[in-house]
Amino acid sequence: MNQPQAASIKDLPDFAAIRADFPILEQQVHGCPLAYLDSAASAQRPRQVIDAIADYYRHDHANVHRGVHTLSQRATEAYEGARESVRRFINAASSKEIIFTRGTTEAINLVAQAYARTTLKPGDEILITWMEHHSNIVPWQMVCEQTGAVLRVAPINDRGELELDAWKKLLGKKTRVAAFGHISNALGTINPVHELCAEARRRGIATVIDGAQALPHIDVDVRSIDCDFYAFSGHKMYGPTGIGVLYGREEMLQDMPPWQGGGEMILAVDFEKTVYNELPHKFEAGTPNIAGAIGLGAAVAYLENIGMEQIAAHGYELMRLASEALLAVPGLRLIGTAEHKTALVSFVVDGVHPHDLGTIADHHGVAIRTGHHCAMPVMQRFGLPATARASFGIYNTEAEIDQLVAAVRDAKEVLG
Amino acid sequence: MDIRQLYQDVIVDHNRSPRNFRRPETIDRVAEGYNPLCGDKLHIYLSVVDGKIADLSFEGNGCAISIASASMMTEALLGMDESEAEALFNDVHRMLTESDFAADPAKLGKLAALAGVRDYPMRVKCASLCWHTWLAALTNTGAEAATARTE
Repeated sequence: MNQPQAASIKDLPDFAAIRADFPILEQQVHGCPLAYLDSAASAQRPRQVIDAIADYYRHDHANVHRGVHTLSQRATEAYEGARESVRRFINAASSKEIIFTRGTTEAINLVAQAYARTTLKPGDEILITWMEHHSNIVPWQMVCEQTGAVLRVAPINDRGELELDAWKKLLGKKTRVAAFGHISNALGTINPVHELCAEARRRGIATVIDGAQALPHIDVDVRSIDCDFYAFSGHKMYGPTGIGVLYGREEMLQDMPPWQGGGEMILAVDFEKTVYNELPHKFEAGTPNIAGAIGLGAAVAYLENIGMEQIAAHGYELMRLASEALLAVPGLRLIGTAEHKTALVSFVVDGVHPHDLGTIADHHGVAIRTGHHCAMPVMQRFGLPATARASFGIYNTEAEIDQLVAAVRDAKEVLG
Repeated sequence: MDIRQLYQDVIVDHNRSPRNFRRPETIDRVAEGYNPLCGDKLHIYLSVVDGKIADLSFEGNGCAISIASASMMTEALLGMDESEAEALFNDVHRMLTESDFAADPAKLGKLAALAGVRDYPMRVKCASLCWHTWLAALTNTGAEAATARTE
């Protein structure tokens, strides 16, 4: 389990210097310094990522894998270099296992359509959990409609933790796919993905992990986790929007048919027969998001330079400090109190609807997310229409937690 | 801008103690309103007798803006005939969405307190949900609840 360890913020590297890398944070909102506490929705980008994208467009852009000319060669090297950076970052065995997608959602849909849809039979089962983001629910519901497979949902407890025994019992003879998040975007819960994958592996069940919230916060090693598929997004890990990754074990990907047709994914086309390209290009039809991949590569380099261990300790410590400070506010309740949790706090306040809290917090310069967090079943589980969520990135500070708590207290006063 | 221009005393008061917050024993006309973006959900119950709004109440949950808006709406519309009520609906709608619309305080009464919502585009639907739901209830003479969405 990649449970971050507590550490005093003072023992951590110079996070103030890290903050200075993010130009967007140097602004005021409603006359207050911006406290951006919505990184779980989308993180901000350091200038290193912004510059990498701008430099690419200024100096190196051409289409990839096409021309023999110099720019095309440079663009191809940069694009494939980014793939290699991502491979190293998640410790995949081969860069053939790194498919660039538009994001986590597209990556999960790719597995649903190219793997599950082509292999599942009526009555087969897909097991998800009650804490999933809609992007790890809806693609499976669609596959169930297409194949006659059945969706099963493993329960979570009152702390927002997966009920492991129930999950294991639901892994049955007919289960073909087990899909689960690594870290819950609505609750912050870290799932025991090593254990879940080991259980599924014993039974020959394919595993699909939604890692969108994990990559920015903890060290992810797909070979140590031993999953079949792992999906994540660039924009949650300080990279660009519109780029993401599907990691798939090579032998799984080899057996899967392409899911979109077009250029780039073929070796030879005539009207009788088309020969598909090799991995990973088989799954990357059309001109890819070259600049996005290069930006993601720069984000990976940026995170590696700080070190994921330090980042994990910082995110955990901010979560711990925020929980403590918020719980001192009368009438405030944390939603999601898992033993293994990191980098965000979800909460509700008596007499203050989350949306009013969000608007009032904005007046304090504090950006938080309010609503169902694209995880409506989680809200139903806790009997709530919505929560407020403060989520932390590498640039956030203890002072911003104070700013958040002051905003919450003011909201109580305004609406009291 | 001061946050209290949005959360005026009258809005805070109607949120804390919503008026006509009840489900009638016999339901004449009903509609359900839902804002999928934020999860606000409410039921509007309406009774029309001799062309006039004889009873109007609501139930549901939502933010202060949506609860206060529904509460004030039930007070404002009670006793009106359909054309008066629709005229008020139009005035409120314009007040919430048109920056150059000068609301007539005599017509709008307490509802004028919602004018501040206009400056918060993400919150306009909070204030307008109950009105769309009321309109759906008005035209719903069947036994099932009609539905209104803010989209």
